[in-house]
Amino acid sequence: MSTHTQAGRLSLLQAAFVIARRDFTAILFSRAFIFFLLGPLFPLGVAALAGGIGAQIQSEAFAADVGIAMEAEEVSAFVEARDELAARIGPAIPPVVVLERLGPDESFDAEEVLEAGEGRIAAVVTGTLAEPELTAPPGNLNRWSGTIELIAATAQREERATYPQVTTHSVATSGASENRGRYQTAQGGQILLFLLIMLLASMVLSNLVEEKGNKIIEILAAAVPMNAVFMGKLFAMLGISIFGIMVWGSIGSLLLTLGETSLSDFANPGVGWPMFFLLGAIYFAMGYLLLGSIFLTIGSMAPTVRDVQTMAMPVTMAQVVVFFLANMAVTQMGTWIEYTAIMFPLSSPFVMVARGAMDEALWPHLLAIAWQIVCVVIFVRVGSTLFRRKVMKSGPPTGGRKSLLKRVLKTGTELPLN
Amino acid sequence: MDIATSEITELAIEARGLVKRFDETLAVDGVDISVPKGSIYGILGPNGAGKTTTLRMLLGIIDPDSGTRRVLGHDKPQDIARLIGYLPEERGLYPAMKAYEAIAFMGALRGLPLPQGRERGRQLMEGHGLGHAVDKQIRKLSKGMAQIVQLLGTLVHEPQLVVLDEPFSGLDAINQGKLEVLIRSLADKGTTVIFSTHVISHAERLCENIAIIAGGKVPFAGGVDVARDRIPAQVRLETSASEGPWRHALPEGTRRMGQFWHFPLPESGIEPLLRALIDGNAGILSLSIERAGLHDAFVAIAGEAAAADLEKNTPSEEEA
Repeated sequence: MSTHTQAGRLSLLQAAFVIARRDFTAILFSRAFIFFLLGPLFPLGVAALAGGIGAQIQSEAFAADVGIAMEAEEVSAFVEARDELAARIGPAIPPVVVLERLGPDESFDAEEVLEAGEGRIAAVVTGTLAEPELTAPPGNLNRWSGTIELIAATAQREERATYPQVTTHSVATSGASENRGRYQTAQGGQILLFLLIMLLASMVLSNLVEEKGNKIIEILAAAVPMNAVFMGKLFAMLGISIFGIMVWGSIGSLLLTLGETSLSDFANPGVGWPMFFLLGAIYFAMGYLLLGSIFLTIGSMAPTVRDVQTMAMPVTMAQVVVFFLANMAVTQMGTWIEYTAIMFPLSSPFVMVARGAMDEALWPHLLAIAWQIVCVVIFVRVGSTLFRRKVMKSGPPTGGRKSLLKRVLKTGTELPLN
Repeated sequence: MDIATSEITELAIEARGLVKRFDETLAVDGVDISVPKGSIYGILGPNGAGKTTTLRMLLGIIDPDSGTRRVLGHDKPQDIARLIGYLPEERGLYPAMKAYEAIAFMGALRGLPLPQGRERGRQLMEGHGLGHAVDKQIRKLSKGMAQIVQLLGTLVHEPQLVVLDEPFSGLDAINQGKLEVLIRSLADKGTTVIFSTHVISHAERLCENIAIIAGGKVPFAGGVDVARDRIPAQVRLETSASEGPWRHALPEGTRRMGQFWHFPLPESGIEPLLRALIDGNAGILSLSIERAGLHDAFVAIAGEAAAADLEKNTPSEEEA
């Protein structure tokens, strides 16, 4: 298709295409784009690192031993029983530390050991196997009293128990694990959507700010409708994000393949993986267009880069609140909280992507997408109108003493008055 | 076709009573401009006079608060963006773009297919002695070279009307000369060129018609010759005698500088004065009649204050 028109100017779509093509190629071939592609690695890396360290800290810092002080024979029997049960049951059986092997008529002050706070002793078992006494803070009493009874009972048995061999049958999932998995998928989808949208909306804003700084905006304004500039920038970044998602998706698939894993190993979303991906892409586009419109409008209204940053901050914070609302809605499906979050345009994509993971029904998505399209059209139209009005509004240089609001309302850009 | 219609169709730009206000500032106050097709038209005025705002209104970048404009026969200038080339005062190019790509992009904004724009971009740069910089990024070009690249981007789609806002500012003397040649060659091909400047000499050398703008108003718009004729020619007379009855024949306002007498050409012409000088034995050694320059015309039309503002921002001959 030729963009060269014999009419006097490019159509809105043709002009938007020219702008979008320039932005798309400029970003794609910039050195910074590699950082964009690597971007998701950083939060994943940080999360993995934080998770690993956290788990290690938790296992080290919060590991608790149960101390034992009984007559020597009973201590041996207790430790033996504990080891036997631990081999079968696992971490639910706490490690046992022998504090003292008592002689006949000897006593042991369990409270003193616990109050001294040394080591990892969280509870002390004294008394006898027949009548064990557990000394511990209230939480640990509830936690371990049953376990101690089990160990003591096992220790008192004269014959070793024989354990029948269990034959195992593996199934892909169960109702409980399916629900948990879907919930995790819903949360993961929301987080991914949120991070991507925030990243890209910020990028489109920076792009516009740079353009204002380069004084290119007047050349664009003289040649094409400002609506086209707005739409071109918005859709260029959408194209970039789709490219990025394709790259990340390919890398993810490759890693799954190398790890001999497939998506079916994870909890199947309610609507199934292919539909979930399709819905995810649609909700991403909707969420990005909604937030991108707001950010671009801010960019057009702000007279300086500093003002852009100042004005973008409350929007970012508000978006975080919206994200939390959407996150909460996942646990409140079918309540007014979820319906409110679905109706509110900025949270709607996040809630619906989660619904795609949690629920099988497709018709709510059709309704939600239709509603979001209406909102996108309104946002883009209002945004582009404000953009057109504000971005080329010339005027006297703004004074530093004027408030940000006054500057924004009165001045659109830094073009000098001549 | 009647004369009036003929005149209208011959105008590339016709603006009547353009007014633009920014908050408390009246930037442009009732500007009337008529730019004949194929001519070189200068908008002359000091900084802050309203030149850029006028050009932006003519191009449809901003709308006037009142008044009408007609550009190449259209009421909405942006509807004929393809026929117009515009070089704004605030130069702007994408720093990471290669020079020929920047030219092609500017053409694409005006409807020129990108491959054609690239080809023309290369040709234009080579034709203007910038062949070595075709593949260089804009950020690696000197300011003057980048400015020429942007100018070529303004012309790449072969517009019928070229609007240049302060095109000479930032250029060295050599490039200013080249730009003047380029502007003349555009006009020779039938392109209408309108440019704003605060340097009178550029307008004087290039334009057939000018608009003098000061304080948002246009006190004069018309031919350069007409502007110069607003003030009488200056007579420079050299006499051997310094005193005599012939002195009474010199008009009021005559200034003496050594042996020379300077005065405006009398309305009655030079002959009666000559007769009086000869009869009075003034001893005429030399006599020349010099037509008023555009600078004098500007002072007379726009006032001393506007002229002083203009000179404040005018580079000296050495700088230019």
